[in-house]
Amino acid sequence: MDPFLLEALLNGVLLGGVFALPVLGLNLVFGVVDVIWLCYAELVMVGMYTVWFLHTQAGWPLGLAFAVCLPAIAVLGLLLHLLVVRPLLGRPPINQVLATGGVLFVLQGSATLVFSTDFRSLGVEMPPMEMGEVFVSGTKLAAFVAALLGAAALWAFLKFTYVGTAIRAIARDREVMPLMGVDPRRIYLIASAVGGALAGLAACLLVVQLDMHPFVGLSFGPITFMICVMGGLGNMLGGFLAAFLMGLIVSTGGFWWNTEMSYVVAFLFFILVIFLRPRGLFAR
Amino acid sequence: MTEGRNISAMGGTALGAAAVLALAAVPLLSLPDYFMHVLITMLLTAVAGTGWALMGRFGLVSFGHGAFLGIGAYTMALLWNLYGITPWIGIPLGVAAAMAVGVMLGYPSFRLRVVGHYFALVTLAAGEIVRILIVALRGVTGGSLGMTPQQAPPEAAFAAMQFGKAGFWWLALAAWAGGLLAWRLLDRSMSSRALAAIAEDEDAAASIGIRVTREKLKVMMISVALAALAGALTAQYRMYLNPESLAGLAPSLQIVFGAIAGGMFSPIGPTIGALITIGLDESLRVFFGTQFIGAAPLVYGLLLVMFMLFLPRGIAGLLERRPAARVPQPGPHREAAAPPGSLGEKPATGA
Repeated sequence: MDPFLLEALLNGVLLGGVFALPVLGLNLVFGVVDVIWLCYAELVMVGMYTVWFLHTQAGWPLGLAFAVCLPAIAVLGLLLHLLVVRPLLGRPPINQVLATGGVLFVLQGSATLVFSTDFRSLGVEMPPMEMGEVFVSGTKLAAFVAALLGAAALWAFLKFTYVGTAIRAIARDREVMPLMGVDPRRIYLIASAVGGALAGLAACLLVVQLDMHPFVGLSFGPITFMICVMGGLGNMLGGFLAAFLMGLIVSTGGFWWNTEMSYVVAFLFFILVIFLRPRGLFAR
Repeated sequence: MTEGRNISAMGGTALGAAAVLALAAVPLLSLPDYFMHVLITMLLTAVAGTGWALMGRFGLVSFGHGAFLGIGAYTMALLWNLYGITPWIGIPLGVAAAMAVGVMLGYPSFRLRVVGHYFALVTLAAGEIVRILIVALRGVTGGSLGMTPQQAPPEAAFAAMQFGKAGFWWLALAAWAGGLLAWRLLDRSMSSRALAAIAEDEDAAASIGIRVTREKLKVMMISVALAALAGALTAQYRMYLNPESLAGLAPSLQIVFGAIAGGMFSPIGPTIGALITIGLDESLRVFFGTQFIGAAPLVYGLLLVMFMLFLPRGIAGLLERRPAARVPQPGPHREAAAPPGSLGEKPATGA
């Protein structure tokens, strides 16, 4: 096999891992709270700046910066829920989406005010690894492994803890579960915090791979929503698989043509999926 | 949704015509150039916002109207630069191109019942596709650096639609009046009732014989045409095009913000929204300069959240208090419990 194609495929899988975390977080919030956080990619952006600031400006070790980033963005998710989403819970969905769209502008604007529009990078790079004929970026591989671990942790949390079970139950049926003694307000809070923490984890993985600027969210935000919908909103496994599919489309498209056109193909594919399988690729 | 009718059925048109005539006299005041520039920008923004709200108020929320600005503007500019076709012809062609894309997007969406979040995301994807295509085809479009329409020689300036601020003011005014007229004609036709019924319950509407796909497509076409017209005129006025301000998510959300802030259920709502957004933009720029470049989106965003929380019907919603009070609505949650006034939409069916 052509080593370049092989490399493109491999990069596609690694990219899928990067897409997977924000997709899972977005999906969790949507499945449980039934609200789309249009500003999700901007939460990731704030997380990236948090890590960058703590590491390069405050001089903290990278691991500690990562460890702070997760709870920080989880708190941001909580605040988003308490201040914006909760008051709008009974309202039409589009009002909720537009309100979180407002938060998108707030976060972009604040980041611009604080950090300016300059491109920043963490400047951390792990040596590339040679696998047979192809080279794989070490940072990307590490990020991929971390993304899988994060997804596994989320799965275990949802599957084996009492709260996780309650979360899944609420996502199934939000009318009946309150009668069974599950307080939906508390569950919404927890889901929002976990969704935020996933954005924080995604930020840790992205900050080592991407240059950041206040508008970096726009570069992966739209595709994250599309993956989420393709996998079926609220369907965690579907979203996870769709992330890898989209990763492969983007990176092999880059191999056949160029990166920009590969995004065009990916978005066209998304529109087709919505037309043909509106409940998601993997709906039964 | 029908409050527009209440203002005054007979006098409305006459009043509107008088207002347009009065506004047409604005260049005679010989205002400072900068002031004129702000006014033209406001009016063109209002055209795009009016177009968006025309369909948005029926629950057809588009996050991709930027795409149509871009298609209109780039079609016009490329026809001029490559083939020397004057914008007088290029703008109608650009509008037609945008409408063609609108059909390609709208027909399958409406036919296959893509509604709510799903429709919003399809339009979002379309907006991004147009932006990326403009960037990717940098050989002809100049990519992210943008492009400038070629300067015409002075004697051919009028034929190339290159003239001063007064000319663009009148063009923008004509487009704006056209948008309001379209709104009015739509509201007086059965289509408006049909669309209101569709927004309430698509199946029920279809069951009483409303042709859902056709009605939705009709209003989307008007909306797209207005957006494309606004995009092309803006580009021609500024003599500069770039993909970030004419396509993609950012300009799309700005259109939405203007329309929502002003109030999308009243014909003049989006115009009020344009006055607010452009006024805000300019005053932030004047007072803070480029030093606080993030201040504008920050204030925008805060306002958008505030509007959604406390004033979901926008500024124009405040003016509707009287007709709203006539409808008896028990309980304190009138805003939440009034489906005709809410951004009526069923929860996404696919989830």
